[in-house]
Amino acid sequence: MSVTAHAAVDEHAHDHGHHHHKETFVTKYIFSQDHKMISKQYLITGLIMGFIGIAMSLLFRLQLAWPGESFPIFETLLGKWAPGGVMDADVYLALVTIHGTIMVFFVLTAGLSGTFSNLLIPLQIGARDMASGFLNMVSYWLFFISSVIMVVSLFVEAGPAAAGWTIYPPLSALPMAQPGSGMGMTLWLVSMAIFIASSLLGSLNYIVTVINLRTKGMSMTRLPLTIWAFFVTAIIGVISFPVLLSAALLLIMDRSFGTSFFLSDIFIQGEVLHYQGGSPVLFEHLFWFLGHPEVYIVLLPALGITSEVMSTNARKPIFGYRAMVASILAIAFLSTIVWGHHMFVSGMNPFLGSVFTFTTLLIAIPSAVKAFNYITTLWKGNLQLNPAMLFSIGLVSTFITGGLTGIILGDSTLDINVHDTYFVVAHFHLVMGISALYGLFAGVYHWFPKMFKRMMNKNLGYVHFWITAVCAYGVFFPMHFVGMAGVPRRYYENTAFPMFDELADVNVLVTVFALVAGVAQLVFVYNFIHSIFYGKPTVQNPWKSNTLEWTAPVEHFHGNWEGEIPEVHRWAYDYSKTKENGEYIIAGQDFVPQNIPLQEDEEELNH
Amino acid sequence: MSTVLTIAVLVLVAIAIWQMTKIFELSQVKAEMTQVANDKDNKYNGYLLFAFLVFIYLITIFSFWKYSKFILPEAASEHGREYDSLLLWSFVIIFIVQTITQALLHYFGYKYRGEKGKKALFFADNDRLEFIWTIIPVIVLAGLILWGLYTWTNIMDINEDDDPLIVELYAQQFNWTARYGGSDNVLGDANVRMIDIDRANILGLDESDPNASDDIIVKELHLPVGRKVNFKMRSQDVLHSAYMPHFRAQMNCVPGMITEFSFTPSITTAEMRLKPEIVDKVNRTNAIRAERAANGEPNSDPWEFDYVLLCNKICGKSHYNMQLKIIVETEEEYNEWIASQQTFGDLMASMN
Repeated sequence: MSVTAHAAVDEHAHDHGHHHHKETFVTKYIFSQDHKMISKQYLITGLIMGFIGIAMSLLFRLQLAWPGESFPIFETLLGKWAPGGVMDADVYLALVTIHGTIMVFFVLTAGLSGTFSNLLIPLQIGARDMASGFLNMVSYWLFFISSVIMVVSLFVEAGPAAAGWTIYPPLSALPMAQPGSGMGMTLWLVSMAIFIASSLLGSLNYIVTVINLRTKGMSMTRLPLTIWAFFVTAIIGVISFPVLLSAALLLIMDRSFGTSFFLSDIFIQGEVLHYQGGSPVLFEHLFWFLGHPEVYIVLLPALGITSEVMSTNARKPIFGYRAMVASILAIAFLSTIVWGHHMFVSGMNPFLGSVFTFTTLLIAIPSAVKAFNYITTLWKGNLQLNPAMLFSIGLVSTFITGGLTGIILGDSTLDINVHDTYFVVAHFHLVMGISALYGLFAGVYHWFPKMFKRMMNKNLGYVHFWITAVCAYGVFFPMHFVGMAGVPRRYYENTAFPMFDELADVNVLVTVFALVAGVAQLVFVYNFIHSIFYGKPTVQNPWKSNTLEWTAPVEHFHGNWEGEIPEVHRWAYDYSKTKENGEYIIAGQDFVPQNIPLQEDEEELNH
Repeated sequence: MSTVLTIAVLVLVAIAIWQMTKIFELSQVKAEMTQVANDKDNKYNGYLLFAFLVFIYLITIFSFWKYSKFILPEAASEHGREYDSLLLWSFVIIFIVQTITQALLHYFGYKYRGEKGKKALFFADNDRLEFIWTIIPVIVLAGLILWGLYTWTNIMDINEDDDPLIVELYAQQFNWTARYGGSDNVLGDANVRMIDIDRANILGLDESDPNASDDIIVKELHLPVGRKVNFKMRSQDVLHSAYMPHFRAQMNCVPGMITEFSFTPSITTAEMRLKPEIVDKVNRTNAIRAERAANGEPNSDPWEFDYVLLCNKICGKSHYNMQLKIIVETEEEYNEWIASQQTFGDLMASMN
């Protein structure tokens, strides 16, 4: 922590005294309205859900590598759905479905954006808390309830939802089409409806807080890129999540009240159903109107975290701040008009396919700009390769690898033959799954000291990163070839097609990498839990960072800063800035926190 | 094979745990050490970043060496050739970009690893650089978009020119049925409400529609080579997707509507079986199958190459085994085959 920064805060420290209120266990740890506690609640809930989601993926990877083989662990965990230890085809689909749902919504939306928006928005813009602490608390508890319902749905008699995480009707609407579409799907829909309410309350709060509660001097162009990312993410969420809610409500009506929004002309199990005039394609439109922005709801916070972590650890300003902001805005705008690229072969008008190809490939431009800017940020830096920094570099790597194959999938022509194959699975896992997880990990390693007042063990962090990085490519790179061989996704086994016989070895390789990656996550779990209690106590600004959260004392209390809120005098990226004579702005220190006024003979750059 | 791999996994896990405990012990020794990266960490992780770049290249080369022969064989339809060249060029561009950007990213990570006292360059902006790397993707993508859209428009222009064969693909949990227009090449009207299982009217054809009586309903799709085929897809229960990978063709089957796709098969099944890449693939596959037969495992019958129609939209429990054999043959063979099939009218008459 810089001497000057201390002085600025200390001046007022004694005038106001403490903001401690008398807090009971319940108000402090359970129904807390303090954004820092809520962020921890989000993180831990998200990690628990992540554990379940990843464990599920390992189960079905075992089935894919050794189809029809008996595993005692299946019998233990799946019970009646794995008679004799052989996984049943219905529960395979259920595992795939719930894995997708949990990872996309519960881990990468709530666990990532919920955690870090809550932690960082007030701290980095210089606010004492969110605009509404109460709504923030409600938002978390709605998320908690929806998580519980989702987990409970796993124990339903007929099995959990199994129609794929996209729950396309009629499969999801008709219990006779699939056992999981009974009570399991009802609970899925209820859980998601509550989740959406939670997400909306959270997002509105984030938006209002960023607009209204910035401290003196914190203009929009001085916001750290993390905040820009969270802010824009919240806006996309507010625009698109309600559409998913409407889709879910209409589906609930079709299922329970006999309406025909999505259903028409159905003959199943020997009888004609009464549904007439609805269209499953309408559901696809509504679903992907959220579903595609959702990809960016997941990814933008990860990119924001990467910007901040990379700049801090490179000891360099992020390259092209304005271009980064412009890219975030462009991606956000485009993300709402590209949903049709999931539907090129859905039967919608081919002309729409042309439009969506055009907008989809456009989105590659701001994405490319971001990738190049990250690479340039590393150039001639003084890289401090902390675990968070490695995860950020890893994110850029998987973002590029996964993003590039998007050029194939976003092209309506090329999509025809790779649509819904393992090529898609490989693509989106790299570009949004792994990348966003890396963003989550980068955030946890970087802000752990801020959240838990202790440091995580860096060596365990390195072990975690390197095993994960190698395995992520080991899983998803060969998977592209499975897709190029024409293997459809969501197949319980590929043995029904002799043309896929020779791919068995690839699937074994992929599963081996996946299992090792799964074990590596236990290192993280151990490090995380151990460090909460026994980690090395942190100093106030361990990474020598510029943003405001590190000007707040290590001790947590509601209100964040003792005394006055710091005033901001510069952008967040004055790392290694020198005067004309080549000396650092503050002698002997390569960073200038945002609350330090402009020094003598220092020029403020017009970023 | 699987036991070897299981053992390999266990060994890897054991090594990982051993390494971790060792590292953990080492980290405990120097209790005074902060958990912030020092010069040594930067050095080792910088080297590892470089090694990781090598790893990315190696896994790419390995995958191409071992797995590129698994990729679908040459397209067996006319538009498929255009598809394949667009795919090839997209991949060329992707691999150039991938190779360069990963190299820069990881090389910079290695080259500029931190050292105490080193000064980073304060480099916040450069309009010209940013302009360059905005405009290059714009130009490249514009080319790909134009080419892609041109091809897409051609593929999706489904018309009745050149006397196309009209075929219905009918999907249900969990099988496919095909229906030909018959001698008039017009499909009779149909709706799920007219399905009469007792009378074997499984596709719900309108028995009073004169166009329906000569329709031919089959469980194996035969197509004459070189003649355009217009497919009309229907589904009776949930979403399915008619995926014909060898023809670069796919369209969802949606209950309540008729979707369409059209292509012209260009290689007969017999010709395809003689292509060297198919001969190799069949040999490789049959070697695996022979091994299974020796071990008394299922799925061990020798395989002969055939085109196939797969379901590619999750549709329930047996989604993974919903297929229809496709046979592309000469005009004469096709005519002979179709003439031997029973018409819908005859079928209904035999029911009465």
